[in-house]
Amino acid sequence: MIQLINIRKSFNGNQVLKGVNLHIPKGKVTVILGPSGCGKSVLMKHMIGLLVPDEGRVQVDGVDIHRLDDARLNKFRKKFGMLFQSAALFDSLTVGENVAFPLVEHASFSKRAIDDRVQECLALVGLQNIVHKMPSELSGGMRKRVGLARAIALQPEIILYDEPTTGLDPLMTDAINHLIIDTQKKLSVTSVVISHDIEGTFEVAHKVAVLHEGVIVAEGSSRDITGSSHPFVQKFLSKRS
Amino acid sequence: MTQLNFQGPFEVAGSGLMTFIRYLGDFFLFVRSYFLWNFRPPWRWALTFKQMEFIGIYSLPIIVLTATFSGMVFGLQIGYAFRAFNAESMVGSTVGLALTREIGPVFASLMVAARAGSAMAAEIGSMKVTEQLDAMSTMAVNPIQYLVVPRVTAGVLVVPLLSIVYIAVGILGAYVVSIYMLHIPDVYFIQKLEYYVDPSDVMGGVVKAAVFGFLLALISCYCGYRTEGGAEGVGRSTTKAVVVSSVTILVTDYFLTSWILEFF
Repeated sequence: MIQLINIRKSFNGNQVLKGVNLHIPKGKVTVILGPSGCGKSVLMKHMIGLLVPDEGRVQVDGVDIHRLDDARLNKFRKKFGMLFQSAALFDSLTVGENVAFPLVEHASFSKRAIDDRVQECLALVGLQNIVHKMPSELSGGMRKRVGLARAIALQPEIILYDEPTTGLDPLMTDAINHLIIDTQKKLSVTSVVISHDIEGTFEVAHKVAVLHEGVIVAEGSSRDITGSSHPFVQKFLSKRS
Repeated sequence: MTQLNFQGPFEVAGSGLMTFIRYLGDFFLFVRSYFLWNFRPPWRWALTFKQMEFIGIYSLPIIVLTATFSGMVFGLQIGYAFRAFNAESMVGSTVGLALTREIGPVFASLMVAARAGSAMAAEIGSMKVTEQLDAMSTMAVNPIQYLVVPRVTAGVLVVPLLSIVYIAVGILGAYVVSIYMLHIPDVYFIQKLEYYVDPSDVMGGVVKAAVFGFLLALISCYCGYRTEGGAEGVGRSTTKAVVVSSVTILVTDYFLTSWILEFF
């Protein structure tokens, strides 16, 4: 369970988060919805300790992660897997080495066990026979799927998805959304998805929170959100195709 | 009515000073982080050897080339200058002392800063702007320990070796010019070189090179680590890494030399 308590963050005098309070339930898919540039990625980076809030706390399973020192925070991050918007694959490593990276670093597996796990993770995301390819040889959708394979390699308890479907065609968007649902079902992980894709959100989410001008303006089930009377939520939802 | 906003010289100077202090403070926090992660397991020997190969082996051709020509031109200039005083026999010792104490460590370090330092800043910088450093952090791998520590350790170990190569090749270049162009008897060149150049001179040069290797690798990694703003930012960081490393090497050289001459 992740608890965000009154998170405030400014960059060069520009306040991006103005007191975000949000509860992310364990074992469910929570989608944080909002327009581009509203601070969704900034909020997600607070959840894993990549950014430190100016005010407020982030509690993960009761632990205030910003009170941990560097070494403890580093260990604590083994609970997490994160899929970045750009996939953030290491471009000097092959696909196989990318997926194996967290295993080589943290798991005391044999080389063979690591290779098997890499194949297993790539199979989970529907990719095979690409372990020797370099990230530059992959399409955007494939890169995201490799990023997801890497994120689940260590079997994390929490997976963070930063705009997993942005820039993808409708078929690939659908494939990634199903992948999020399948991963959550198969691994029973807590998933947090950041998105501005309204259709996709309602497809995958157990809980939706809408971020606007630095605060959560609506949260609840998909039905709660569609029935919200908040003017921004109504305006935002009316733009769906 | 448009209000013009002029900054006086004191405001400009004050703002510049504040930026410099902020920059310096941030750099020292980075250095602190480097030392903290340097002494924590796991020890990344494979990455360190890979960096030693990158800095050392791949810099060897440029080091040999520049050392040959700087040694030759130095021998030539000293030879012609000393001929006016009938002191050609001192060419070997002068070249030897200058190369071991100053030219070898400083030029070798400047060459490494230009070749390897720029590459370090560019590589880490492009990883930063494409969120690869963040990705590494989310996988519970500290980027300073994984990327910076091996590069700085390699810099400290390899730059002294490169400076020894620079010194040896530079002296050889000066020897060739002295013997075959200036027709100085080789016995003078070698005798005076042996007589005036002590092992402590070489040692001083090697210590300096280790300090320069540490500084250039740390500064280059820092510039890469603080890259912002996409491809343009990577370009800026790379330029900054070479300029700041080179200036730091030259400034530090003065203080190190004063300290070595005073106490050793």
